[in-house]
Formats: sequence, C-alpha cells, structure tokens
Amino acid sequence: MTDLYHPGVPSGQPIWSPSAPLLKLKGLTYVHQDTVLLHEIDLQLARHGITLLLGPNGAGKSLLMRLAHGLIAPTSGDVIWHTQPDMPPLLQAMVFQHPVMLRRTALANLTYALAARRVPWRRRRALAMETLERFGLISLAQRQARVLSGGEQQRLALARAWVLKPEVLFLDEPTSALDPASMRAVEEAVHAFHAEGTRIVMSSHDLNQARRLADDVVLLCGGRLVEHTPAERFFQGPRTPEARAFIRGELIW
Amino acid sequence: MPENDNAFQAALSLILSLDPVLLGIVTLSLQVSLSAVLVGALIGLPLGAALALWHFPGRGLAVTLLNAFMGLPPVVAGLMIYLLLSRAGPLGSLGLLFTPTAMIIAQTLLVLPIIAALTRDHIGALWEEYREQLHSLRIGRVRAMPGLLWDARFALMTVILAGFGRASAEVGAVLIVGGNIDGVTRVMTTAIALETSKGNLALALGLGLVLLGLVALVNGTAYVIGERARRRLG
Ligand SMILES: Nc1ncnc2c1ncn2[C@@H]1O[C@H](COP(=O)(O)OP(=O)(O)O)[C@@H](O)[C@H]1O
Ligand SMILES: [Mg+2]
Repeated sequence: MTDLYHPGVPSGQPIWSPSAPLLKLKGLTYVHQDTVLLHEIDLQLARHGITLLLGPNGAGKSLLMRLAHGLIAPTSGDVIWHTQPDMPPLLQAMVFQHPVMLRRTALANLTYALAARRVPWRRRRALAMETLERFGLISLAQRQARVLSGGEQQRLALARAWVLKPEVLFLDEPTSALDPASMRAVEEAVHAFHAEGTRIVMSSHDLNQARRLADDVVLLCGGRLVEHTPAERFFQGPRTPEARAFIRGELIW
Repeated sequence: MPENDNAFQAALSLILSLDPVLLGIVTLSLQVSLSAVLVGALIGLPLGAALALWHFPGRGLAVTLLNAFMGLPPVVAGLMIYLLLSRAGPLGSLGLLFTPTAMIIAQTLLVLPIIAALTRDHIGALWEEYREQLHSLRIGRVRAMPGLLWDARFALMTVILAGFGRASAEVGAVLIVGGNIDGVTRVMTTAIALETSKGNLALALGLGLVLLGLVALVNGTAYVIGERARRRLG
C-alpha cells in the first residue's frame, strides 16, 4: 500500500504534475430544449500549444469554448482545469466571434479590462497605451470603440485580451469576417500570445489557417468529437472518414 | 383682443423686469421639481438597473407595477401623498402637508416610476449585449452596475429630463399636497391655474411663457444629447 501514498496530497485530489493535461473535458453534454447540441465530449488538452477547433457551421465549436471558459454550465459532464494545488484559478480570456465593444473609447475598453483584473488605476493608462501601440491602434485610442471597423474591433478585442495576460485564451473564429491584412494581424497576435506562454484554443473553419497555426486539431461534427490529433498527423492522414471529407472540403453535417 | 394684447405685453414686462413675485414662483417650482428629480434619480437609477440585472420572485410584478405607475395621474399621486401626510394619516405627525417637502414627495412619486422603468429598459438592453464579455472578464452583476450606468449615460440623461418634464408640468399633485399657498407652496402650474381664474392674465401668461420656455429647453437638450450620442457612439 505504501507506493500509493503521496505525502502532502489530500486523498481524492488529483496529483499535479507539469506533464498532466491542463484541461480535461469529461462526458461534456449540452442539451437545449430536448436537442443534444454537444454529445459526451471527452477531451484532454496538453499544458502548452495551440489547439484548433475545426468543424462545419453549427458543429458546436462556440458552444464547446463557452462551456470550457465557464460562460455556461453543461447539462452533464465536467470541465476540469488542472492547476497546481493552492494556486488561484487560471487567468482566462476569450475573444468572441463578434467582439463586444463597450460604449467607450478604445483606450477605455482596455482600462476597463485592467480594472476588472484589479490593476491599480495609476498603472492602467500606461499599460493600455502600451498595448494599443503594440496592436497598431494607438492613433485610435480616443475613438469610440463601436465606430471602429470590423478589423480594428477584432484587433482591439485581442488587445483587450492581451492586457489581461491570460494563461488560457479562447478565440472564436477571430478571422471569419476579416480581410487578408486584418487576418494576418490576428494570426500574428496569436503567435505573440503563444510566445508569451498563453495556452490557445481557437475555432476556425479555415483549413489553411489551421495548417499555419495548429499544434493539435480537434474536429467536431454535429455536436460530437470526431477526432483529436496532432496537426501534422491530421493533415497527412486523418483517421476518420469525416475528417477526410472535411479536409477535402466536402461539407459534413 | 386689445385686453389680451395688453396681457401679453404686461406678461413680457413682468418677465423682463424680473418681477419678484414671478421670480419667487419660478424659483420654488424649479426647487421642487429638481429636488423630486434628484431623489427620483438617486432611487430610480439603481432600482431600474437592479430590476434589469437580477431575476427574483416577484420581479415580473414589480416591473408591471412600475410600468403602470408611469401613467399615474398626478391628482391620484397627490391624493395618495395627501392621505399619507394628512393629520390622521400614518405620517401625519411629521406636519409636512402643505409644505414644499410634501410637493417634492408627491412629484418624486410621479417621476420615480418613469426613471426606474426606462432605466430598466436601457440597462437591460445593454446588459444583454455585454453579458458574455463581462462574464468572461469575471465581472459579476454588482461590479457591472456602475459601468453599465456609465455606458448608458446619454440615454439615462434623456430619461432624467423626461422625468423633469413630467414633474415641472403637472398641476394636480402639487395642488393637492401643497395647497397653492401664496409665497409658500405656489408653483408655476398652480399659479397659472389660479391667476387665470382670478382674471390676472398678465401673471398667468408670464408664468406660462416661462414654463413653455423651460419645457422647450428640456426637450431641446434631450434631443441634442440623443443626437450627440448617436453620432459619437454609433
Ligand atoms: N444558446 C443557444 N440556444 C440554442 N441553441 C444554440 C445555442 N447556442 C448554440 N446553439 C445551437 O447549437 C449548435 C452549435 O452552435 P455553435 O456552437 O454556435 O456552432 P459553431 O460555433 O460550431 O458554428 C447550433 O445548431 C446552434 O444553433
Ligand atoms: Mg461559432
């Protein structure tokens, strides 16, 4: 029995190790008015990297991210974040497909996020300005956020996530309605977050984007998890017929 | 109509010469209505925001009541406060009846439902829009409230102006609880009613012009705020 004893770990609590998965979804199910929108999703995400959530429209990508981020509660199943014992919960941020712009200036959108993270007000403005500069938005600092263009709003949403210094970032189709230049800016931002050590979970229905960014790929179809594979393997030879059809560009529902 | 022409000229000269009687009435009117709007806003803004943000049993009833009270006839509001403050009433011992304070209370009763109900509409719509983002920032309803009120500030300013318009233009409530006592509780609307019936058209018309100007100013301000907000916030 002695080999099962781990000193300092209360019984019943998972043992933390740096190689343990960061996020575990266990039998995650979401039902809305008798329709099963997500069907017993089991998924483990490693501590580092960029995960691309692929799948056709309506597959449940947004829903899965909102569940994992804690915006909605699952009908059944669990979302388990593996954090070091006695540590505060992971800092998470999410950029929505249609970013929500507060009815304030671009600058005030960032200082609001800093206030939400209880950054002392003296430091907020400088931090926000620095971030606007980094995202090429400094000339728009005093502009009302809601009158910015779609690409500018998406960059501002990324900047707002940036000031939070999140450990995990969810991005819901951040480039779906953008021109190529804005799309490139978003992908550069994703790399920058990654370089800072942020764990990234991003949905997309753009295969080329997935090729450029992904470390691993999760394919959802009709509310079911079809495949979770390292990106290289996924694009060389997906295991499932659904994935093959998806790569060939055939719509699957 | 020579007599009315004279009345109009006399009214203008009352206004231009800053006639002390007219000035006193206008000042009291503004004091009463502004106080009522201030109290109404201090209670109505957080109340309306809370009704938009929290779901609790009886919330539907509260909202329905609030909406019904938006159309409360001023004389009925006056009567309710009269019964409350009259010597035999539950608050009779305070001796507030026929004082400006009673008028402020009655007008607050008229203004509060408007401010609370319209605030609920505006904050509710904004919350619907912001909800997931704020949840993502881990900001709960309590912490969200000041920001929501601030972001809805232009809409809320027009709400408050609407409340002020209702307060300053009503006759029934201030007449019943104030009693229209000369120099004590006589405000523009009650004075206009009395002076007209007495045939003192000059003072009535002078006060009417001031009231008209005030209402025009309030509505103009509300319009400008609305336009500016539309242009700036998109
Ligand atoms: N709040 C909701 N209420 C009801 N149905 C929803 C809700 N959110 C999503 N759905 C449905 O769930 C399915 C998956 O939606 P979603 O996660 O947005 O798909 P994706 O992001 O992959 O395009 C869709 O059929 C959608 O209509
Ligand atoms: Mg989606």
